[in-house]
Amino acid sequence: MEPTIELQGLVKTYPGGPHGPVRAVRGIDLSIARGETVALLGPNGAGKSTTIDMMLGLSRPDSGTVSVFGRSPREAVDAGAVGAMLQTGELIRDLSVRELIALVGSLYQRSMPLDEVIGLAGLSNVADRRTQKLSGGQAQRARFAIALVPDPELLVLDEPTVAMDAQGRRDFWLAMREYAARGRTVLFATHYLEEADANADRAVLMASGEIVADGPTTEIKARVGTRTIRVTLPLATAEELEALPGVGSTERHGEAVTLRCADSDAALRALLERYPAARDIEVVGAGLEEAFLELTADIADGSSSETRMGATR
Amino acid sequence: MTGLNYTRFELKRAFRNRRFFMFSFGFPLVLYYLIAAPQRNTHNLAGTGISAPLYYMLGLASFGTMASMISSGGRIAGERQAGWTRQLRITPLSPRAYFRAKVIASYAMAITSMLLLYIAGTTLGVSLSARVWLEMTGLILVALLPFAALGITLGHLMNVDSVGPLTGGLVAILAFLSGTWFPLTHGFLYDVGQYIPGYWIVQARDIAYHGHGWTTKGWAVVVIWTLVLVILARIAYRRDTQRV
Repeated sequence: MEPTIELQGLVKTYPGGPHGPVRAVRGIDLSIARGETVALLGPNGAGKSTTIDMMLGLSRPDSGTVSVFGRSPREAVDAGAVGAMLQTGELIRDLSVRELIALVGSLYQRSMPLDEVIGLAGLSNVADRRTQKLSGGQAQRARFAIALVPDPELLVLDEPTVAMDAQGRRDFWLAMREYAARGRTVLFATHYLEEADANADRAVLMASGEIVADGPTTEIKARVGTRTIRVTLPLATAEELEALPGVGSTERHGEAVTLRCADSDAALRALLERYPAARDIEVVGAGLEEAFLELTADIADGSSSETRMGATR
Repeated sequence: MTGLNYTRFELKRAFRNRRFFMFSFGFPLVLYYLIAAPQRNTHNLAGTGISAPLYYMLGLASFGTMASMISSGGRIAGERQAGWTRQLRITPLSPRAYFRAKVIASYAMAITSMLLLYIAGTTLGVSLSARVWLEMTGLILVALLPFAALGITLGHLMNVDSVGPLTGGLVAILAFLSGTWFPLTHGFLYDVGQYIPGYWIVQARDIAYHGHGWTTKGWAVVVIWTLVLVILARIAYRRDTQRV
């Protein structure tokens, strides 16, 4: 099947940061099929937004090619095939929500009916309000509506839930899934692993301008190691601890030991059985930031994640 | 026509911004009455051959319309900072249509400001034939072209914080050199002023006085400034959009 997005050898370097040129994207190949819902994951500065900008034709790659529905991003945008919600952006003032959506709709040859957009984005109760009077979450939904206006084949969302509260997020993802269920392709960037897990079929992990993992979300989750056990334990050696079931890697600072576990339940049972002296036990979910550091380290220097984790602390 | 739709909404927005409306149309009117009303019986102001109410009607029209045109700079800078310009770049709207909308909206505001001053002028006894009103208005609209380009240039060179004070100061200086506050007849200000398009807005009065419009010099000043500023606006726009 013809891919929706095809990125080949994409490179983008920005001149003049405080530490010299910033290599924001360092060679990305990515192909997204029609109908997929893909999460682009990564910590801040991973290159997600730069990649999205190039997909949308907002910035030109230094090298490599971008093809959207077999065309240039500009042509795809002009044809109304792409809708996007950028990471930053405020709404223009002195128009009502309805007028704003009508304004954007008037720019396209063909657009979704006004009331359908308003309903889909959950803006019915604020449709006649001026844009400058919307709350943060409502403004985000209005920006979502703008992305939906051309009824695009490809919907791109760059960190769409940033200003939303918990309820707002839930509603937003519901609306997004409803749209994806129409057979549309959706690509969204986020740094929340849970959002990717709940809403995407496939996750693409970026770190330091490269793709470090790409696959079904279930697979990625297994890779990043789910939990961390912290424990005060003077005697055990790293080798002994790593031999415990469910433990991935370990790290020791004096008497304090940190165990990164694929299966923290099994690890905890074994730990208590083998070392009754273990105390001050804490089990925490692995932060995504940590998981990324781990995955990046694997790619960047080929050494074990353990040494890299120790070094970055 | 997508571009025309954008213009329609742009106009709607421009005229809904009440504070902007009040200041940009209110100031020239208030100043006009403050300056011209006490001199309403001066029929030959400082040797210009025209009455004080007519002279200052054009003087303040020059001030008000220049301010209206340059105000697009603030609007563009604001929309750039808000990220709206980027959002528009992922729609089929062309940059040309966007700028056309901005220029038309600026002109609509400039014309409103001018008409209000015309009405104020008649209350102070300004009376001209229909032909003179029309020709004068035509010249003013032409003289505003370079300011349309200047607004776009500033909107892409400046950020939101600096564009306000800059355009405010710029309009004050331009108005001074154009003869908004008093007639320029000789000396340094006169020498400089002649090379400012705003000066020729005030000189549109010559139609009322001599029955003819600008000299060749007037046309040359307006045309050259328009060309130069259109080129500058293009450069500023290119530089700005390549960076983001």
